[in-house]
Amino acid sequence: MSQTFHHSTNTLSKLSIFGALFLVVGALWVTVEVNRSPYVTQEGVAREQPVPFSHQHHVGGMGIDCRYCHTSVEVSATAGIPPTKTCMNCHSQIWSNSPMLEPVRASFRNDTSIEWTKVNDLPDFVYFDHSAHVNRGVGCSTCHGRVDRMPLMAQAASLQMEWCLQCHRQPERYVRPQAAVFDAAYEPPADQRALGSRLVKEYGIHTRTSCSTCHR
Amino acid sequence: MAESADIAKDATPPTATPEYLVGPGHDFASVTEKISSIVLQRKTPWGWFVGFAVGFALLQGLLVAMAFLLFKGIGVWGVTIPIGWGMDIINFVWWIGIGHAGTLISAILLLLRQGWRTSINRFAEAMTLFAVACASFYPVFHTGRPWLAYWLFPYPNTMGLWPNFRSPLIWDVFAVSTYATVSAMFWFVGLIPDFATLRDRARSKPWKIAYGILAMGWRGSARHWHNYDTAYLLLAGLATPLVISVHTVVSFDFAIGIIPGWHATIFPPYFVAGAIYAGFAMVLTIAIPLRKFYGLEDFITMKHLENMAKVMLATGLIVAYGYMMEAFMAWYSANSYERFMIWNRMTGPYWKMYWALILCNVVAPNTLWIKNLRTSVPYLFVISLVVSVGMWLERFVIIVTSLHRDFLPSSWGMYSGTFFDWSAFIGTLGLFVTLLFLFVRFLPAISIFEMRTILPGAEPQEGRR
Repeated sequence: MSQTFHHSTNTLSKLSIFGALFLVVGALWVTVEVNRSPYVTQEGVAREQPVPFSHQHHVGGMGIDCRYCHTSVEVSATAGIPPTKTCMNCHSQIWSNSPMLEPVRASFRNDTSIEWTKVNDLPDFVYFDHSAHVNRGVGCSTCHGRVDRMPLMAQAASLQMEWCLQCHRQPERYVRPQAAVFDAAYEPPADQRALGSRLVKEYGIHTRTSCSTCHR
Repeated sequence: MAESADIAKDATPPTATPEYLVGPGHDFASVTEKISSIVLQRKTPWGWFVGFAVGFALLQGLLVAMAFLLFKGIGVWGVTIPIGWGMDIINFVWWIGIGHAGTLISAILLLLRQGWRTSINRFAEAMTLFAVACASFYPVFHTGRPWLAYWLFPYPNTMGLWPNFRSPLIWDVFAVSTYATVSAMFWFVGLIPDFATLRDRARSKPWKIAYGILAMGWRGSARHWHNYDTAYLLLAGLATPLVISVHTVVSFDFAIGIIPGWHATIFPPYFVAGAIYAGFAMVLTIAIPLRKFYGLEDFITMKHLENMAKVMLATGLIVAYGYMMEAFMAWYSANSYERFMIWNRMTGPYWKMYWALILCNVVAPNTLWIKNLRTSVPYLFVISLVVSVGMWLERFVIIVTSLHRDFLPSSWGMYSGTFFDWSAFIGTLGLFVTLLFLFVRFLPAISIFEMRTILPGAEPQEGRR
């Protein structure tokens, strides 16, 4: 009677035992990596907008303060998307004939909103308050990155919960002096730990890691 | 040769004398032929198709129940506040408990060198696996969002969170998944030499290949056997603590809570004994028809059935002690909530359940003291079913009667299973039956190579008699 299997299949059989382990571990690793990749998180991906508004130009080049447009950031949960009228403060005077700005003028003429694509979009089950953060030494650029270097807006972070918790567990690693909150180009000093610990005490910041802090 | 014969004589414990465990006139060839022919026969007996069809039809109940639950949410079950755990958890504990006998037979009785485990361990282990499969449905769907059930595992998730390791529900996840993994490995390793036998005896090429792949190149060389025995014993050692730990952890689901009727230190041993009790009842429920229909009376002998009946009697007494202690502690603690709980169990709205449970689990098994009843096959079959019902009632009583009278009378309630509770339960019974029938048709229901070792004239094999 001939053998059903060639003797090389013995090796295959042994390999399959170890191979199965590597296959499972490998599949898990790929899943973990894909879930943190920009493909899923959209981190660093510039979005299409109805008007190609450049933060690099307005913040970095012109030096306009964040609060000139995002007026409610210090007093409200939302920073606020500026109305077209804010754009027209300047653009009724400068670049007033630019074809690129035609959607802005059309919006102003017709009294309709420009439908911007929201970039930093937290899930609806997350409660987030801008005023609570910017009044306690959390700078805009800590979460939004160097917007003064973004020709088109992109998320600077994954916005995943583990990212939020980095600061919520150890706020002293990120807190800056209140005066520098709106400094888009702020760089943390070498002694951030010492400064952060002092500021955390001074501003009365607590580590907030209870579920209901954000999931209300 | 004379020396090894001496060893054989010395090493064979009196309980393992072959004539009790194997019918007369069997040799290696007849045992192999008899067991493997069940799998290798070309014609499937019509009775198999009937049984499989019944099981498969019942299985559809599970599909209906789970599909509608996914569509609507767990509100389709009868669970409400204050009875947040209903038939889902009752059935989970019931199924997990049933599995324990398989592990006890295969691991602990192996380490204790009980020869009588040999012909029943294979299908008892299969029963364990299938029972765990049935059980695992319930907690997963009980979460309400089963597609997120993987959150129960600690893995480097994007939420930066670990599960709550202080919760017994997480211990459950580990206990049950470890149990399923070790049981599956133990079962598969135990099957390898038999796969090789089937590979060698199969007549058609596809079956040769299928069993050949599963046999993983087994040739039965001395070296193979040496490694094999070591691996098998190691797995038995791994599985042994699981017999105790899994149901202990399941009992913690209750005992850690501060509900009167749950918060008791007796729960772990009482649950483990109950699990083995229920499991042996299920082994009997399966063994009795199996030996009848396939003519296996020579392998699953009266001795086997009687031993299982004795284990059932012993564990049944432990369970009865548990019931007694619950009542005693309620009185002795002088805690008014505990006293109310036990009084409510005995005389409250669910008094019928409680006394039916006492009848099934305490009164009925005590008839097994009588040898004539213990050795009557139809009686054992009936008793095994009664015990299965009793153990289901036990979980019902523990879960529902403890929850339905909350500390505040304003939050009292009543519970009854809905259509979807029952169809899910009947569906898992169908799943169990379906898997058992497939198992009996495609795998040897009795371990061929282990049966050979208990035949007269067999060389004693190390660690397995």
